[in-house]
Amino acid sequence: MATAIEFFKLLPKTNCKDCGQPTCLAFAMLLANQKAKIEDCPHISEESKNALSESAAPLMRTVSVGVGKTAVEMGGETVLYRHERRFVNQTAYALTVCDDLEGEPLKDRVDAISALGFERVGMVFATDMISIKNVSGDPVRFAGTAKAVSSIWNKPLILESGDAVAMEKALDSIGKLRPLIYGADAGNIEKMAALSKKHGCPLGIKADNPESAADLAVKARAVGAEDLVLDLGCPNLKRCLEDHTVARRAAVKKKFKPLGYPLMNRVGCGEYAVAMAAVSTMKYGSLVIFDNLESYEALPLMTLRQNIYTDPQVPIQVKQALYPIGNPGEHSPVMFTTNFSLTYFTVRADIEKSRIPVWLQIINTEGLSVLTAYAAGKFEPEKISEAFEESGVLSKTDGPVIVPGLVARMSGRLEEMIGRKVIVGTNESKQIPKHLKELTSE
Amino acid sequence: MADVPSVKEKYTGKIEEIAFGNCVAGGADGMPFLSFENTLKRRPIIAGEVVDDLADYPEMAAEMFDGRQKDPVEWANMWKEIGADMICIKFLGAAPDKKGTTPEEAVSIVRGISDKTGLPVMVLGCGIADIDNRIAEAVGDAMKGTKMILGRTEEHEYKKISAVSMSNGHAVLAFSNLDINLAKQMNILLTDFGVERSSITMDPLMAALGMGLDYSYSVNERIRLAALSGDKMLQVPMVCDCTGAWDVADAVSTDDPSLGDAKHRVAWWEALTALAAMLSGADILVMRGPGAADMARVYSEELAGVS
Ligand code: B12
Ligand code: SF4
Repeated sequence: MATAIEFFKLLPKTNCKDCGQPTCLAFAMLLANQKAKIEDCPHISEESKNALSESAAPLMRTVSVGVGKTAVEMGGETVLYRHERRFVNQTAYALTVCDDLEGEPLKDRVDAISALGFERVGMVFATDMISIKNVSGDPVRFAGTAKAVSSIWNKPLILESGDAVAMEKALDSIGKLRPLIYGADAGNIEKMAALSKKHGCPLGIKADNPESAADLAVKARAVGAEDLVLDLGCPNLKRCLEDHTVARRAAVKKKFKPLGYPLMNRVGCGEYAVAMAAVSTMKYGSLVIFDNLESYEALPLMTLRQNIYTDPQVPIQVKQALYPIGNPGEHSPVMFTTNFSLTYFTVRADIEKSRIPVWLQIINTEGLSVLTAYAAGKFEPEKISEAFEESGVLSKTDGPVIVPGLVARMSGRLEEMIGRKVIVGTNESKQIPKHLKELTSE
Repeated sequence: MADVPSVKEKYTGKIEEIAFGNCVAGGADGMPFLSFENTLKRRPIIAGEVVDDLADYPEMAAEMFDGRQKDPVEWANMWKEIGADMICIKFLGAAPDKKGTTPEEAVSIVRGISDKTGLPVMVLGCGIADIDNRIAEAVGDAMKGTKMILGRTEEHEYKKISAVSMSNGHAVLAFSNLDINLAKQMNILLTDFGVERSSITMDPLMAALGMGLDYSYSVNERIRLAALSGDKMLQVPMVCDCTGAWDVADAVSTDDPSLGDAKHRVAWWEALTALAAMLSGADILVMRGPGAADMARVYSEELAGVS
C-alpha cells in the first residue's frame, strides 16, 4: 500500500474540492487509509490512475464466487496471525459431483451434499460449493451436468476441467451464476483467462509451487482476468504448510502482487484429505475441494474452521433474557446460566432432551462461560437476582431455582437475596435430564 | 519464473532443549515445521495418557485398550507398542472421593511404567494441591536419576514440586490459564525460585476444538513468536494436553445418527486439536485415543520432514 505522500504526488494538486475533500493532500490521506476510491477525484490523469490503482489495490484480492445471497467471498486477508486482526473470510469447502452422473443418481448426490450440515452453538455449518468435475471428457455432458446441478443447488459452483472447449460450453450455460473456473494451467492459461474475462467469472489456477503460480497469475492478468484463486499444487501436508506460508507472507508482508490472491487445494477423500484440509484451514487456505466428506469428518473440520475464523476478542453471545423451554408453567423449575453461546446452547439442548419444561434465565456475562465468568466476577448473586427481577421469572413460577453445579458456592447468598429455595444442579449439563427427572418425580 | 521474495524471518531466540534419554523436546528456532527458517527437523513428543482410576474415564476410550487399561503398567506398555514416546500418568484416583491412591502406590506405578517401557514419564495429580505435592515428592525422590516431568505447578502452588524436581534432576510443568502474560509470570516465578530454564516445560492450557481452541491457538502462537523474538522467559518447550477433546459433547455424542460414527468423530476431534496445537507451537502432546495419537505422530513426522 502506498503512503499518503506517494498518492499526493500523483494527484493534480489543484485543491479544487470536487472530491469532497478540502485539499488534494487530505484526499491522499484518505486513499492511503483505504477510506476513499481513486475514482472520487474526477481530474486525475489516466496515467496516474493506473499507477495509483496498482498501489491502492489490497494486499490480497477478495474474490467472490457465485451470485446473490449465497455468494462466497474468499481472500481479502491482511495479516499472518489472527491475534493481529481477525481473519475475515473463512475457508470454503466444496464437494464434487462428477459429470458422469445424471437423472436420479445426480439428484441423490446433490441432495446428500445439501444434507451434510450441522447446527452447532446456534450456527449452521454446511458445505459452501459444489465442484462439477469433467470426468466424462465430453463438453456437452459437462455443460449439461452444470445446468442440471444449478437447477437444484442454489449455492456457488465450481467448473472443474482442463479443457477450454468444455469450459466454454459450460460457461455459456451457467456463466451468469459466476462459477469458479478451475482448470487454468501452464498449457491453457491464455484461453482460460480469456474465458474468465469474457464471462466475468473468477479463475482458479493450477500451479506446481508458489513460483509457477506467480508466473501464471501474471499471465492471466495480462489477458485481463482479475479475480484469481491459486492452487499451489501442494502434494502433501508439509508443502501445504510451507508454500501457503510463503504465499501469504509474500503477499501481505512483501506486497508481492502476483501472490496476492486467495489460495485453494484440491484433495480427494478419506483421512489424508481431512488432514490436508485442516492444515489448509489453519494456514491460509481459502478453498478446499473434496471428492467427498463423511459427517464424522465434516463436523470436527467445520468446528475447527469456525474456531480459527472467529474473533477471540469477541465471544459469541446470546441476549440476556428469560427463555421458556417446552412451555413451562407456574410450578416449573428455574435454571440460569451465562450468555456465552456455547454454554447457552449446550445447556438448552440438554434441558430439551429431558422433555421437562423449564424457565431458563440467561445472565449477561459478556460471553464468558460459567467458571470463567465466575472467576472474572461477572456471575455474582447480585447480578443474577437483578436479572430475575428484570424478567419477572419468580412471579411466573413458584418452582425451585437451580444453580449451575460448578458455582454451587454462590447458592447460600443467592437464596438469601431472592428469598426462594435454591437447589444445586449438576456440574455437567449432560446430567441435567437425569437430575430434572429425579427432581420432578419427588 | 517469477522471483518470489524471500519470506524467511530472522529470529533471535531459540527454544530450550530438554532431553529425556533419547527423547528430546524443544529446540525450535523458527515457527513450527517451516524448514526455510526452523533448522530443527523434530516432531513433537507424543505422550500417551494413562490414569490410575477409571471412574471418570470415558468408556469409549477404555474399549480401545483391550482390557489393558485396568493395569496402568500394562496400559503404558500398550502405548509403547503403538508408538508413543512418553507416558503421561494422571493420578486422578488420588482424590479423597475416588480410589484414594497413596503416594507409595503412585511410586510403585511410576516405577513399574518406567521399568517396563523404558519411556520417560510425566506425572500429574488430581488437581488438589496437597495431595499432588505429596505424590510429586514421593515419586520425584524415588525416581532420582530418571528424568521425568512433574506437574502441575501453578501461580500459588509451585514450591514443593519445584524443590523436589530440582533436588532430583526432574523437569517441572508450569501451568497457566490461556494467557501469555500469566504463562511468562509462571516461568519467572519458577526461575526466581531456582529452577533452571532448561528444566521447565510450560502448559498454557490447550483448550479443545469447540471448547476454546480459538483462544489457545492464538495464545500458543503469541507465546512462540515472543520466545523466538528473544523473550527468554518463554523459551521453554510447550506441553499441550489434547485429551479435553473427549469432554466435548458433539465429539462423543451417540444420540444423533446424522453426526456419523462417534468413535471416528472423537478421534478426529482429538487429532485436529493436536494438529492445531502442533501448528501453533506444541513440543509435547498428551493424547488419549490411540487412533488420534497415531494420526498426530504420522502427520507431525511428515510436517517435520522426518518420515
Ligand atoms: C476458554 C476459557 C477461557 C476464555 C474465555 C472463554 C469464554 N467465552 O468464556 C478466556 C481465555 C477469555 C478465559 C479467561 C479466563 N479464565 Co478461563 N477458561 C476457559 C476454559 C478453557 C474453557 C471454558 C469453556 O468454554 N467451557 C465450556 C462451557 C460450555 O462450559 P460452562 O460454561 O461451564 O458450562 C458447562 C457447565 O457449567 C454446565 N452448565 C452451564 N450452565 C448450567 C446451568 C445449570 C443450571 C446446570 C445444572 C449446569 C450448567 O453445562 C455446561 C456443559 O457441561 C476453562 C477450562 C476448561 N477446560 O473448562 C477455563 C477456566 C474456566 N478459566 C478459568 C480462569 C481462572 C480464567 C481467568 C480468570 C484467568 C485469568 N486470570 O485471566 C480469565 C477470566 C476472564 C476475564 N477476566 O475476562 C478457570 C476457572 C477457575 C475456577 N475454578 O473458578 C478455568 C476452569 C481454567 C482452570 N482450570 O484454571 N478463559
Ligand atoms: S478532486 Fe482531485 S484535484 Fe480536486 S481536490 Fe480532490 S484530489 Fe485534488
